[in-house]
Amino acid sequence: MPAPPTIEAHDLVKTYAARGRPPVRALDGVTFAAAPGAVLGLLGPNGAGKSTTLKILTTLARPDSGSATVAGADVARRPEEVRRRIGYVAQRPVTDPMDTGRENLVLAARLHGLRPATARSRATELLERFDLTEAADRQVRTYSGGMARKLDVAVGLVHTPEVLFLDEPTTGLDPQARTEMWAEIERMTHTDNVTVLLTTHYLEEADRLASQIAIVDRGRVVAAGTPSGLKDSLHGDGLVVETADDDAVGTAAAVTSRVPGLREITTEGRAVRARTAAPAAVVLPELLSALEAAGVRVATATLARPSLDDVYLSLTGHTFDPDTARATQEATA
Amino acid sequence: MTTTRPGPTGTAAVPASGPGPLVALGHTWLLTARALRAIWRMPMYMVMNLVQPMFWLLLFGALFRSVVEIPGFGTGGTYLEFITPGIVMMTAMFGAAWAGTTFVQDMERGVMDRFLTSPTSRGALMVASMLCQAVIALGQTVVVLGVAWLCGARFDGGLSGVALLAVGVVLLTAVFSALSNAFALITAQQEALIGLSQLITLPLMFISSAIMDPRLSPAWVATVARFNPFDWAVRLGRAALDGSAPASEIWGPLALLATATVLMAWVATRAFRARERSA
Repeated sequence: MPAPPTIEAHDLVKTYAARGRPPVRALDGVTFAAAPGAVLGLLGPNGAGKSTTLKILTTLARPDSGSATVAGADVARRPEEVRRRIGYVAQRPVTDPMDTGRENLVLAARLHGLRPATARSRATELLERFDLTEAADRQVRTYSGGMARKLDVAVGLVHTPEVLFLDEPTTGLDPQARTEMWAEIERMTHTDNVTVLLTTHYLEEADRLASQIAIVDRGRVVAAGTPSGLKDSLHGDGLVVETADDDAVGTAAAVTSRVPGLREITTEGRAVRARTAAPAAVVLPELLSALEAAGVRVATATLARPSLDDVYLSLTGHTFDPDTARATQEATA
Repeated sequence: MTTTRPGPTGTAAVPASGPGPLVALGHTWLLTARALRAIWRMPMYMVMNLVQPMFWLLLFGALFRSVVEIPGFGTGGTYLEFITPGIVMMTAMFGAAWAGTTFVQDMERGVMDRFLTSPTSRGALMVASMLCQAVIALGQTVVVLGVAWLCGARFDGGLSGVALLAVGVVLLTAVFSALSNAFALITAQQEALIGLSQLITLPLMFISSAIMDPRLSPAWVATVARFNPFDWAVRLGRAALDGSAPASEIWGPLALLATATVLMAWVATRAFRARERSA
């Protein structure tokens, strides 16, 4: 018999009242489960309901209806028990800027019931592990964004929780700090045997870290599975043809739509995208010769296995909202 | 699917109730130490906190010095002696009204959410804030009494009188810091605290015997003052410093303040639930 899931959300509904406007249904029946030791990525744009789901699972908020268990305890009926077993790293910094890194860790450990000596040695251990030893006795307000975020995660781990909730752990970090954080999360899941639920709007992050993914859109889970399973479910490779001339895209799209075995045709700039419904080795030469016959000069032609981006687009019918796109640009700039 | 599953094998059963009283006491100590560390690390804040009450005392003391000459005023001492307990309590109340600022800051960051998703005692969060304010207020009390003494004010109550005054300071601070924290938890906005301080504590200061003998105020002021926790504290402080006041002048306001403290602390701790509903 497989072990029961460590996190289980069943049909969670949460509505927020908004003055003068109709209430906002943040969660519209969210259901998913995470196996022990899994890294579950909740993926979705801002406002999809990821943080609300986390708030319910961490006992911060109560659902209007539905139920959830975390580490074997019902979040509504036994919140005290859930709180002993989880670590929660909110979207915003969870450390006190006036305290030093070490003081933050020791206080968190002591509040979780660790004895003073144990709390101190645990703090030292985590400071070393997260490469914060040199800054350990400085106030957190002097930390860089990356250092502060690492301390946030260390604080979440100080009492060796069974489940760690990470709400957008890398949003706002520069690329290097982000890569470091990813490596740390990977190490953590390998060595600490902790079940992780992380929310993100970076497809790349979910693809790299998560062993299971639940895609959330408008308060519902629209797909769940492993990253590769989700990509396989798309059937067919992505094909991108870039024309040499700016004004040839329209013609190229029209030609593409007449080639059998190609579907889901879209254009963007000078690129025409399509998904193959027949073996790519047959379709691609056909497309290229059809384009040549129509007088369209091709700059590049590429074939790619489906990405999570493609999965996301095909499931939600829309790409990320502008907020998310901007955040992605900032983080990768 | 929706039923509660048993915990993972090997996990000891954990009681479903909140942390016990000993744990809550430990948490109170840890969180009070954290709050005091933060204050200690802002020397300018400390200096301002200590200088401000001195200004109040000297300013009011000089401005209204001649009111003691109005027939029927006070007990025959100087005006400085009259307002010293009033200024002590005013400083304590004004300071405590801003206690919620720390909660607002913790909520603006994820600090409060981290506390609330851990077994941290809610009561300890509340009491730690009250204690931290009490420590500040006691420091201010020492400054006010010291300056008053240097300016020639003398009190017959002696050290026991000062100790009783200090108890009043702690209780008054507790009432208003709990109120401030409740405002902070419910609104999560610094603006609400501005409202508290402008619309509640300032009028309470004037509807009291802090700077004016109530026998010379309109009758309605005396009536309203009877229900004003700030006035309870002022009357307690004045009777304590006076030393010759009847015991009922001390124990009456003391009992009222103690009751208000317990009530407000309980109400404010309940406000954590309001946060849960709106989260």
